[in-house]
Amino acid sequence: MLRGRTIRAMLVACALTACNGAEAREQRVTLRFWAMGAEGENVQQLVREFEREHPNVSVRVQQIPWTAAHEKLLTAFVGNVTPDLAQLGNTWVPELQAVDAIMPLDGYVAQSVIVKSSRVFPGIWNTNILNDTLFAVPWYVDTRVLFYRKDILAAAGYDSMPQSWPAWREAMEAIKKKAGKRQWAIFLPTNEWMQPVVFGLQNGSPILKDGGRYGAFEDPEFRGAFAFYVGLFRDGLAPIAGNNDIANAYQEFARGTFAMWITGPWNIGEFERRLPTAMQKSWATAPLPGPSGAPSGVSNAGGSSLVIFKGTAHPKEAWELIEFLSRSDIQRRFYHLTGDLPAQIDAWQDTSLAGNRYAAAFYTQLQRVRPTPKVPEWEFITSKIIDASELSIRGGMSTDRALAQLDAQVNRILEKRRWILARVAHAQHDSTSTVRIR
Amino acid sequence: MSSARARIAAKTPEWRAGRAGWLFIAPAITLIAVFFFLPVGASLLLSITDFDLYAVANPANVRLVGTRNYTDLLQNPTFWLALENTFYFALVGGPLTVATSLGAALLVNAKAVRFKTFFRTVYFLPFVTTLVAVAIVWRYLYHPQYGFLNYALGAFGIHPIDWLGDPRWAMPAIILLAVWKNFGYNMLIFIAGLQSVPEDLYEAAALDGAGAVRQFWHVTLPNLAPTFFFVGVVTMIGYFQLFAEPYVMTTGGPLGATTSLVLFMYEEGFRWWRLGVAASIAFLLFLIILVWTAIQLRLERRLAA
Repeated sequence: MLRGRTIRAMLVACALTACNGAEAREQRVTLRFWAMGAEGENVQQLVREFEREHPNVSVRVQQIPWTAAHEKLLTAFVGNVTPDLAQLGNTWVPELQAVDAIMPLDGYVAQSVIVKSSRVFPGIWNTNILNDTLFAVPWYVDTRVLFYRKDILAAAGYDSMPQSWPAWREAMEAIKKKAGKRQWAIFLPTNEWMQPVVFGLQNGSPILKDGGRYGAFEDPEFRGAFAFYVGLFRDGLAPIAGNNDIANAYQEFARGTFAMWITGPWNIGEFERRLPTAMQKSWATAPLPGPSGAPSGVSNAGGSSLVIFKGTAHPKEAWELIEFLSRSDIQRRFYHLTGDLPAQIDAWQDTSLAGNRYAAAFYTQLQRVRPTPKVPEWEFITSKIIDASELSIRGGMSTDRALAQLDAQVNRILEKRRWILARVAHAQHDSTSTVRIR
Repeated sequence: MSSARARIAAKTPEWRAGRAGWLFIAPAITLIAVFFFLPVGASLLLSITDFDLYAVANPANVRLVGTRNYTDLLQNPTFWLALENTFYFALVGGPLTVATSLGAALLVNAKAVRFKTFFRTVYFLPFVTTLVAVAIVWRYLYHPQYGFLNYALGAFGIHPIDWLGDPRWAMPAIILLAVWKNFGYNMLIFIAGLQSVPEDLYEAAALDGAGAVRQFWHVTLPNLAPTFFFVGVVTMIGYFQLFAEPYVMTTGGPLGATTSLVLFMYEEGFRWWRLGVAASIAFLLFLIILVWTAIQLRLERRLAA
């Protein structure tokens, strides 16, 4: 009797669960989301909340190390195993757009109340627009500002950071005069492309010209900026050292090996953690100086954006996740988890950000950001820019010769792009003429 | 008329035997054709195109460029640097590995040594461990401030060396790792070679008054010659394809000092997706290994004669 009832109950239970299971299986959507480095680790917590809000969606976050991310994304695309959505460095968006891997998002944005161009820093939003179409939604922002030692600057006779190149250089010379033998005014890692490129942008260089068909490195704007950059090394204001040559940059900064360092927002947290307590009151951040004062002090429009891959079967759910991650409250929590600065301006009203004196320089700088050239070859070109700077700084090659060589290399790299653009233009011309004939 | 004769000829026993032969080797030939000749032919074709990221998006974006990839490479300073690094690694690391293996084999095989199997296993262990795991440990060993190697050198009053950060020291550091990682395998082959040397030769030499050193030069080495050449050729082929060590330890840096040809090929191919260029690097490397192996084989023949 009892046994019979148990069996019946079990049968009923089975039927119910099976029924539920089938229903759930029909609607259940699994999103595959690729995120890099620390972001990939921390976003897991936020994603669980998204799943609570969307019971039919489960999100699998795959954490990709930054060093391998670029290869993995392209390999996944070639192998047809792209995720539904992913985090992309802003400079990589053109590359994935060129291979037609990611979806245009204008249609979604038009209907969204959360994702709006007016709510994001304009320079950052602009990096994701290619041929007048939006392909990615800014997630967090990143730009370079000046971290400096207030005490050293004051000892050299300056109350605040000068805002124009000539005055800035004078300050560096004053610092150098007071500095010891193995001390310098500024640390500019020779193996980074960002500094020469940012100086070029500040000096009005487009970096590439004719719609990204040719390098503009020999033009006066970039040449002037490059001479300024290399001059800092030649005149002993900056140590000839790459990132790997300095074992612990925080320690050296605390020791006064260098008084200034152009670097990104992640270092606010690192400085707070790694500098000795006594040092905490003597450092500050400032927007970058420009050739002719503050307005020309632009910096790069860095950071990461979110994209949806064309291969996805669930674009709607992927977009919902992007909207979720763009919400101000979620952006604020993401900032607390990672220290990444929110792309949504609203999120900056959070007291911890608005009251953070180190973040203020970033807020000012983010009003003055310019994207690097939006061509798929950019990543490759940056490796050539590093080569040219190292040749000039370490190899002693004249800046003019290094830039001539750089232009030649870059023009060679862009040859394929010129050919394709010419072909596309030709095809368009043909199709318009056929229309006219009809 | 002729077709009739052909038909008669076709039925002869020789033809049947021939057909049976072809049938027997057909599976092997097919496999080699599909998995070797086809890919090699395809990559040779690839090397005369400008296949790149644009071509991945749309096959219509591929152009035939003839030998341009090759001529461009010969003008590319990175290619020459990678070539130089590869030869540096192979010509220094190769002989060093073979010498270490031989030394270890002689030690392990010596009559006075006890626990032979234990030592054999211990020396062979590095070869079977995963390189990536090992590389992490070695990165700690090489650390300029906290590394054990500098600590040990410091005991002799030697100033700390930035092993992986200094362009002059990065390649020696990679060579050291590669020797440690690979000598165990060659050691096993050398042990096998040593054990096949007839014992009576040593006895005869000892009776004639030859000491340990003369026995080594006049008995051991000549008898090991075939093993030596095998080990030499295989090691050099492997070392010309240096990739994993710099990829995990230095990613080719500092200042390109550890960029090998294969690493350069990988970067061109899978970092920048310039597959046409990468395929031409592969062919140049193939030619280099072919020529080098031919030289080694000729040397062997001359020495054997």
